[in-house]
Amino acid sequence: MLEARDITFKVGDKALVEGVSVRFDPGRLHLIIGPNGAGKSTLVKVLARLLRPHAGQVLYESSDVQRASEIELAKRRAVLSQAVEVAFPLTAREVVMMGRHPHFGSRPGATDEKVVDELMEFFDVTEFERRDYQTLSGGERQRVNFARVLAQLWRPTNSCRYLFLDEPLTFLDIRHQIEFMKKVRAFADAADVVAVGVVHDLNLAARFADQIVLLNQGRVAATGSPAEVLTRERIRSVFGVEPTFVPAGDSGLHIIFD
Amino acid sequence: MTRRHRNRAALIFALSLATLIVLAASIRFGAIDFSVSAIVDALASLLPNRPEPTLDQRIFLELRLPRAVLCLLVGASLGVGGALMQALFRNPIVEPGLVGTSSGAAFGSALFFVLGGVLGVGQSIWSLPAAACLGGVLSTYLVFLLARSREDGRASVVTLLLTGLAVNALFMSAIGFLSYIARDPQARSITFWSLGTLSGASWRAVEVVAVSTVAGTLVALRYAKQLDALMIGEEEATYLGVNVNRLKWVILSVNVVIVAVATAFTGVISFVGLVVPHILRMLGGADNRYLILGSALTGATLLSLADLIARLSLRPAELPIGIVTSAVGVPVFLLLLRRRQYVF
Repeated sequence: MLEARDITFKVGDKALVEGVSVRFDPGRLHLIIGPNGAGKSTLVKVLARLLRPHAGQVLYESSDVQRASEIELAKRRAVLSQAVEVAFPLTAREVVMMGRHPHFGSRPGATDEKVVDELMEFFDVTEFERRDYQTLSGGERQRVNFARVLAQLWRPTNSCRYLFLDEPLTFLDIRHQIEFMKKVRAFADAADVVAVGVVHDLNLAARFADQIVLLNQGRVAATGSPAEVLTRERIRSVFGVEPTFVPAGDSGLHIIFD
Repeated sequence: MTRRHRNRAALIFALSLATLIVLAASIRFGAIDFSVSAIVDALASLLPNRPEPTLDQRIFLELRLPRAVLCLLVGASLGVGGALMQALFRNPIVEPGLVGTSSGAAFGSALFFVLGGVLGVGQSIWSLPAAACLGGVLSTYLVFLLARSREDGRASVVTLLLTGLAVNALFMSAIGFLSYIARDPQARSITFWSLGTLSGASWRAVEVVAVSTVAGTLVALRYAKQLDALMIGEEEATYLGVNVNRLKWVILSVNVVIVAVATAFTGVISFVGLVVPHILRMLGGADNRYLILGSALTGATLLSLADLIARLSLRPAELPIGIVTSAVGVPVFLLLLRRRQYVF
């Protein structure tokens, strides 16, 4: 279980995130939404311990995340970012193998190679294995990175595993966005996985999330199931657009914006 | 993957062989050539119960041999320094000479030659390298301080290179001034500092540079895996469990020390640190452990080759080695600048 207790993060005098308290349970997919500048990315970075909050605590299974050692944390916490730029020619396989860094000493062992094989297979990137990462398209790169991040979280430890997604859909087309969210969804179903992500598309959030956290101006405006959070009044006041709700079969609601 | 490992191991082996061959050539040829039997005799004269070495043998033992060894060490230092800078700044066009480290170190050593005697410091063999390190730290820090952008505190490479250029010019003119007022013959030669030469080689220099080169390379190798993680970005490396700030400090310090100490004895030799890691990346990929080890060997080999050219082309006079390295390095640098494959 992951818990944020009264988190505040500032840059200069400006609070990007202020007094945020949320609980994230394992086995569920939590998506953070909100307009630009709401503090979504900042909150994810604080939760993942890239940024240290000015006030408040982040608890991983009720122990303060600041107390964990870097390597110990890296074995159970991984973050998928918007876009990963590689500075030098690296093959796709070498990029995926990076995910195993916290697990091996100086050279990858047989387990590491096997995990990488399996995940590259799962994300359908085995054919790029020897290709230079820099020559891959945005969608291909993001699949490689997803494989890397899951390689980092493989296999179940005796504690929870934490997956953070920091706007991972930004450079993907609609087909890849949906495929991607399905894979996230499948991974988040594991009983020991706490999955927290930031997405922009309210329809994708509504379709895939178990819990939605709506941020506005650095504060939590609402949390709950998609149907609870995404009301006409909230969308209007927080995003400043007029929504129309359209029933859409078994995948829930579709929202059209004016 | 394993095939790539084998390839890299084979490359390292081939590079070691190349280093030995060039070392053999560089002790054999020069202002005067030594035959193999003369070399053996000269080395044998060091054994106990042998007659005093002849003049020729002493030239070999006290000039030629330390110069060849110093050249290997300095080349290795510059190669490793380049590999570390490029890994740290995630950019293939930075090198110690371009971000001010070398000119600052040269300034520190020139200042030591001019003022050391006056101030009564400098009795220990470590005083000169310490002065060079201070100068190197000062100039490198100055470049990064000035190149840092106001918004996000990070240095863009263009600003970095331009700032490096300006700081280099500043320190070189300071060296010019020191050379002008200097009485010490070594400090008096401005070409020594600005173009680099190994003509001042001695066993004392070898001793000092050996310590910094070997120690620096060993420390760098320990951090190679963390530098690998840095290739996908500072944030991502943090998520993989790397303490990026500590890594930066360690690598910058290692770089400043090995480059500054080498510069103290040879002056500024540019472009070795730029070209060497690049060749290796083309041959065997970007793995940093391979890159560091390979850069040490390739740097040593190329600098020895350059020194051989410097000594042989105008025999019995010699060219400053910096002229040779720049003649090769500048075109490579320009080529890299024009290629769009890298993100600047």
